[in-house]
Amino acid sequence: MSEATEQEPPKKPAGRRKFELDPRLASYKGVWVFVEHERGVAHPVSWELMGEGRKLADTLGVPLAGVVMGAPGIQARRFCEDAFHYGADLCYLMEDPVMADYRNQPFTKGLTDLVNAYQPEILLLGATTLGRDLAGSVATTLQTGLTADCTELNIDLENRSLAATRPTFGGSLLCTIVTLNYRPQMATVRPRVMSMPKKDDTRSGSIIEHSLGMIETDIVTKVLEYIPDNLQGKPQLPFADIIVSGGRGMKRPENFQLIWDLAKVLGAEVGATRPVVQAGWVELDRQVGQSGKTVRPKLYIAAGISGAIQHRVGMDASDVIIAINSDPNAPIFDFATYGIVGNAMTILPALTDAFRQQLATAKVAV
Amino acid sequence: MHIVVCIKQVPDSAQIRVHPVTNTIMRQGVPAIVNPYDLFSLEAALRLKDEYGARVTVLCMGPPQAEAALRKAISFGADDAILVTDRAFAGSDTLATSFALASAIRKIQEDMPVDIVFAGKQTIDGDTAQVGPGIAKRLDLQLLTYVSSIVDLDLDKREITLHRRAEGGVQVLQTRLPCLITMLEGTNEMRFATMPNMFRAARYPLKQWDKDAAGIEDVSKIGLKGSPTIVSKVFAPQAKSQRAEIIDCESKEPKDLAVTLLTKMFTKYPNLPEEIAKVNA
Ligand SMILES: Cc1cc2nc3c(=O)[nH]c(=O)nc-3n(C[C@H](O)[C@H](O)[C@H](O)COP(=O)(O)OP(=O)(O)OC[C@H]3O[C@@H](n4cnc5c(N)ncnc54)[C@H](O)[C@@H]3O)c2cc1C
Repeated sequence: MSEATEQEPPKKPAGRRKFELDPRLASYKGVWVFVEHERGVAHPVSWELMGEGRKLADTLGVPLAGVVMGAPGIQARRFCEDAFHYGADLCYLMEDPVMADYRNQPFTKGLTDLVNAYQPEILLLGATTLGRDLAGSVATTLQTGLTADCTELNIDLENRSLAATRPTFGGSLLCTIVTLNYRPQMATVRPRVMSMPKKDDTRSGSIIEHSLGMIETDIVTKVLEYIPDNLQGKPQLPFADIIVSGGRGMKRPENFQLIWDLAKVLGAEVGATRPVVQAGWVELDRQVGQSGKTVRPKLYIAAGISGAIQHRVGMDASDVIIAINSDPNAPIFDFATYGIVGNAMTILPALTDAFRQQLATAKVAV
Repeated sequence: MHIVVCIKQVPDSAQIRVHPVTNTIMRQGVPAIVNPYDLFSLEAALRLKDEYGARVTVLCMGPPQAEAALRKAISFGADDAILVTDRAFAGSDTLATSFALASAIRKIQEDMPVDIVFAGKQTIDGDTAQVGPGIAKRLDLQLLTYVSSIVDLDLDKREITLHRRAEGGVQVLQTRLPCLITMLEGTNEMRFATMPNMFRAARYPLKQWDKDAAGIEDVSKIGLKGSPTIVSKVFAPQAKSQRAEIIDCESKEPKDLAVTLLTKMFTKYPNLPEEIAKVNA
């Protein structure tokens, strides 16, 4: 993505260029997904990307590989197995004690070496603090293109290139970015943007091992300590199955209690729009949208939310969306599943009661 | 100690509108601001200056108007400001941008070695978070992204200790200078400009460097030529084909609306009650 376009923006996008891949790049084949893990747990975005990578690899007719880097041991092999179950055909495994914790220097060298040795045409990473740190360094080392925070990945069959789509200009527009005469084509994708593929425990694949060739004294940065987050009471929106969100239409912080009440009955997480977070009604971790969390719950209830594009991109993959808004022309009704036109202050308590009753009868039925 | 802070001037995206018919960005009248993420890094640099003493140089690549961003930084307390500006940079993507900024920092080093480079975590217009890592790689600096606090700096040993945000926790890292740091948002608050600094900012003889002054010889590394990524299409998000089913009932009472909604929804999505019960279990 152009960082400096306002210097003198090209009047229109470069458009489809007629182009032939440099023959030196033709040997770059296959789709890779970097398997991110921390403290023995794989980041779910890795498997979401594996599902997406599978589609790209099938379109191109090439194998899909997982890249697992970490300390030697049973754990790393288990991640390879998981990668197979989620769709990988093979895994590149790099084990070294210096990679027990993520550090930029050894991981950049490791991933760069793997790319140079085995030459994938596409390399995908999660847009996490780790993935973005690593992707930026690796792309610069390899002098190739990297597209951040993609929301859609496709193959342009005409020239077998990766067409990576991402929001631009604060999310008001989308743009599709291609990396023509450079390989690999790199992209990062935020957690929960792609759906989680089905796991198939019968799948397996081959593991290709490669060594890092570094020792601890080569590495300048030391990890003195790791302080795990205290997740108790911390909102976990990205993986919630039900979310009740409120927007500026809730008018006053006290009214937000109505959101909490409904959430409590449903066992839901509470979400919010940016203005609500900025006003300090709820904490930053609850912001849904482009500069907040991407969510994909089974049920998303939006009260007093207009449905601005920056909010929408974070939640429109929800299975069912209920919108409550007093304005019949609010944009949220353009993409919600159900709409109630009315005052959230009276609709919310009624909805809370209706759900409570429904849940009570369901219990009796069991 | 010499600190360089890379900043960018961006359009205030909260005020950007898209032309409904042509789908082009309407930039007229949209105010330009210092990229908000950069301010956390600038403030962190100024705090190091307060505590340990340092010269803080701000560096910006952009059009001539971007000098306003640099003067703003001076008014907050930066010592020097350099604007790298050249038409040859037009169309630069992150790879080309990090090349140009790294070249400029090398040039700055000729005057006085640089100990710490700060960059914004990301920009609000590009949102890539790639330029900082790119500069670090090119200058062979230790890269420290998403830093939530700088705990200690030992200038004799040239060691720095800091907290870095990881996905499930915080890494306490110790590394050697020179390094490149990007600060996490919300980790500090930009100070107010003082009167003397505001006067200084207004009169400050800003340095403008073109590509030659920034030490760039290879023009194939900058601008469109130096950018592997190409924008092939810009378009408005698709409207979903289906509008919401608006719930209505005779009485229009909230209670009846709610019950009508649940009845309809559970008929169409029979698995939902079970899902809700599962979450509640
Ligand atoms: C770069 C950038 C990033 C952004 N990132 C995000 C992001 O991550 N998340 C996000 O949410 N926003 C984000 N925004 C802001 C976004 O553009 C919108 O401004 C925001 O989503 C609007 O929030 P809202 O719907 O709560 O408020 P409004 O747009 O003010 O909508 C309030 C709605 O409440 C309705 N209402 C009023 N009274 C009642 C009532 N009594 N009962 C029912 N309905 C009522 C109104 O009809 C209106 O539709 C971003 C903006 C920019 C520029």
